[in-house]
Amino acid sequence: MSGVFGEAADWLGSSAHWHGDDGIPHRLLQHVGYTCLTVAIAGAIAIPLGLWIGHTGRLRGLAIAVTGALRALPTLGLLTLVVLWRGIGLTPPITALVVLAIPPLLAGAYAGLESVDRQTIDAARGVGMNEWQVLGRVEIPLAMPVILGGVRNAVLQVVATATVAAYIGLGGLGRYLIDGVAVRDYPQTLAGAVVVVVLALVLDGMFALLQRFSLSPR
Amino acid sequence: MRWFLDNLDEIRTLALQHLWLSVVPVIAGFVLALPIGWLANRFRRVRGPLIGLVGVLYAIPSLPLLIILPGVIGTSFLDPGNVAIVLSIYALAVMVRTACDAFGQVPHEALESASAAGYAPWQRVVAVELPLAGPVLLAGLRVASVSTVSLVTVGALVGVSNLGSLFTDGFQRGFRTEIVIGVLAVVVLALVLDALWVALGAVLMPWRRA
Repeated sequence: MSGVFGEAADWLGSSAHWHGDDGIPHRLLQHVGYTCLTVAIAGAIAIPLGLWIGHTGRLRGLAIAVTGALRALPTLGLLTLVVLWRGIGLTPPITALVVLAIPPLLAGAYAGLESVDRQTIDAARGVGMNEWQVLGRVEIPLAMPVILGGVRNAVLQVVATATVAAYIGLGGLGRYLIDGVAVRDYPQTLAGAVVVVVLALVLDGMFALLQRFSLSPR
Repeated sequence: MRWFLDNLDEIRTLALQHLWLSVVPVIAGFVLALPIGWLANRFRRVRGPLIGLVGVLYAIPSLPLLIILPGVIGTSFLDPGNVAIVLSIYALAVMVRTACDAFGQVPHEALESASAAGYAPWQRVVAVELPLAGPVLLAGLRVASVSTVSLVTVGALVGVSNLGSLFTDGFQRGFRTEIVIGVLAVVVLALVLDALWVALGAVLMPWRRA
């Protein structure tokens, strides 16, 4: 056991793996970049939609059905299919990642608004707020921890799926895993895997803190 | 369609392997999640750390974990057991939280009445708490089952064959049909397994006829 981990540690410690296009900093930056891009696009689509569903209560059944159905869809199948369909490059894998990031964001946004006490909303209307004010000043702030929970799930999902997407040619940290498996370079594969896990845990921890702070009253 | 019929045997073998790789983790995760969720609900002090730990497990991406695990427990890299263990961890992570909620929503009055009627503490857990938590536990089991069936496919990337092998094979040959059939087969398998859990729930909880 210590053998393979020792080799992986050597791999991580070797300065050759810290420079250039295949170096850890560049791969890490790529990975974080894909994640930000994907979550930003998916968020621009899913969060307003989720807020609308949560605020009006319309299309709720549909949102639940779509979220559930997408969970059953195997990501690797979607990724490989998208590439055979649209060719290689950055757009096809990012498109697939966006599709996979939408359900958690959507669920966070509408579940967040649903978790807000009806009486609070009625009170806000009672003091003369219009619908936009109710949404912006009451519902969204109160729903923030749940909305952020959705973003957290989406980010973790994209970090994981972007790793798998290295199989279809996406850059990022997944390259070490997929390339390492292909040439049976276990130390590289293991080192890459450890870096991805650390990234995921750091991001998860950041969101945990963010959620905690979003709870405190202003 | 032709390809599907021509390769029916192969698909059936992969589907059986896939089924095995899904059912074992779901059941293992469920059985382990029951006592942990019960403890998390019963003792407030361990709840925070336990739920936190489970959240961390859930945050770890599956492919890296599949690669790290053999190094930790010393199994062969290609051992299908790795996939089963990794997915059990996820199933456990999903279900501990639900199990905690499931036991939490059991009405206090029911527990107190059971004690008053002379149930011993462990008897109360098995004969009163567990059945009353049943419906929520079943809901958690179904969520874990659907995501496990879909996650198994990642195992194909480290050479463990299952329906996900249709994706890697189809991708390498540039053959779309094979991938589409693979996706459909995975979704069908998830639905079949889901129907099985629902049926099992109906048998075990016959009072729940709505």
